[in-house]
Amino acid sequence: MANLDDCKLMTTTIETPTGAAQTMVLNMGPQHPSTHGVLRVILELNGEIVVKAEPVIGYLHTGIEKSCEAKTYSQVITLTDRIDYLAPLSNNLGYCLAVEKLLGIEVPKRAQYARVLLTELTRITSHLVWLGTHAIDLGAMSVFLYTFREREEIMKIFEYVSGQRMMTSYFRIGGLALEPPPGFLDKVRRVMDALPGHIDEYEDLLTNNRIWLGRTQGVGIISADDAIAMGCSGPMLRGSGVAYDVRKAFPYSSYDEFNFDVQTQTAGDCFARYQVRVAEIRESIKIVRQAMERVAKAEGPIKSEAPGIIAPSREEMKTSIEGLIYHFKIYTEGFAPPPGEVYQVIESPRGELGFFVASDGSAKPYRVKVRAPSFVNLQSLPTLAVGRLIADVVACIGTTDIVLGEVDR
Amino acid sequence: MESLEADKNPVVQRLRSWDGQAVSEVIEFRGETTVVIPREHLQRAAAYLATEPFLYFSFLSDITTVDKFPLEPRFEVNYHLLSIARSDRLRLKVRLAGNDPVLPSVTSVWPTANWHERENWDLFGIRFEGHPDLRRILMPDDWEGYPLRKDYPTEGPR
Repeated sequence: MANLDDCKLMTTTIETPTGAAQTMVLNMGPQHPSTHGVLRVILELNGEIVVKAEPVIGYLHTGIEKSCEAKTYSQVITLTDRIDYLAPLSNNLGYCLAVEKLLGIEVPKRAQYARVLLTELTRITSHLVWLGTHAIDLGAMSVFLYTFREREEIMKIFEYVSGQRMMTSYFRIGGLALEPPPGFLDKVRRVMDALPGHIDEYEDLLTNNRIWLGRTQGVGIISADDAIAMGCSGPMLRGSGVAYDVRKAFPYSSYDEFNFDVQTQTAGDCFARYQVRVAEIRESIKIVRQAMERVAKAEGPIKSEAPGIIAPSREEMKTSIEGLIYHFKIYTEGFAPPPGEVYQVIESPRGELGFFVASDGSAKPYRVKVRAPSFVNLQSLPTLAVGRLIADVVACIGTTDIVLGEVDR
Repeated sequence: MESLEADKNPVVQRLRSWDGQAVSEVIEFRGETTVVIPREHLQRAAAYLATEPFLYFSFLSDITTVDKFPLEPRFEVNYHLLSIARSDRLRLKVRLAGNDPVLPSVTSVWPTANWHERENWDLFGIRFEGHPDLRRILMPDDWEGYPLRKDYPTEGPR
């Protein structure tokens, strides 16, 4: 393990003289392949050592929160897909839960289990993309090809169930958009049976790989206290030893009925975050299997009953006058929740995703604020990168797992 | 909208017994507790909530503003606090007049507030006094106006 020892030696002997003549400013991004989009980092370097790192964001700012104010509550769902485009269903879920909380309606159990099933599949796809791209960043090309192969299988499930691979908008306020098609669970089962073996393959490639260990162990360390102070959440926080998971702490969508463990590591470095995410994929498979059973057993509708808020079924719309009126009203003017404010959090693949929705009693949300986990996690990049080599900045950005669409919104 | 339920909340009771002046209103809605705090007490209350062992709201989730234009007080700044140890949440709300949108910064209590406060400055024009580096964050540096204010048009300046 010679290269590992070298790595530790370097971290202990780094001194950072900030003499102006010695440092160099280097602009990294916004067009840089390992910034996963349009992140720009201004680096101040002393030789190869980072003295200062300043993330500059906003290159992908599309004003989603402002757009929300001009749309009805149902129309906003399509915008939430585009916030975190690697986990669209998690965003759908967060927003729908927030509006359902505002309305005070309960979603039928079958829809809740289907939501859990699909958001856990989303977590798996998101972590697979992360693993593949992060490995490319650090020079391990082949992992990317494997993870994207498996991701594609899950994307096919999304397409089968919602008609879309990425911008699914499958969760609607009060339940699901459509009845899951026949054979849906069989497809999920086939993918889930194959996946654990594939994850073993990735781990064979990486977990004991000396180059991988050298690039990630002891790199980008953040302590538990710092992670909390910087507002880190998700695998960033759990990699530092804090067992905080929204699914356990504030269960939503019947997560309290599922059996799973919160994965933590104590090292707080890039390798710890890698371990947490890989373990989370395995936990998600466990949850998906339980959710499959529950969806198969559960009976009842996929949408809650709330006349004037939830659109009636096609059958009812065609056969009853009330159904037709409600259908027409809901799709033309929308519905008006009572005035008030709610803040709903869910555990997205990146951490604590919060939706703050304020209503003034009209049919359009008065204010929608997205508490984007990527935005907050990115803030701790200087904590991770300062004092390390410039090559480690790439590892640090990688394990922060940012999605720029979510950072900039 | 002060309810009996809100008064039973142990966090609210603690805050009241710590300083009765610091709590001007308590709102309960859909199981969420909101404590309205006068601006001058914000920083002290933040430090108390973050460090008091019983409360331990050491995690700041989010800071966000609602613009009530043309009503006054125009701005409502919401702080979403989280106690990981106790699995509890609390929303602090500070109301600000439209002609004086200034708040003390809470970056000394929660370092994560840095980017949240920059975002609120950028999009709402709320000035945070004592912030180490109050610059625009999402919009370009030379942008004029505050896009998320209600008097800012959705489809560009007219």
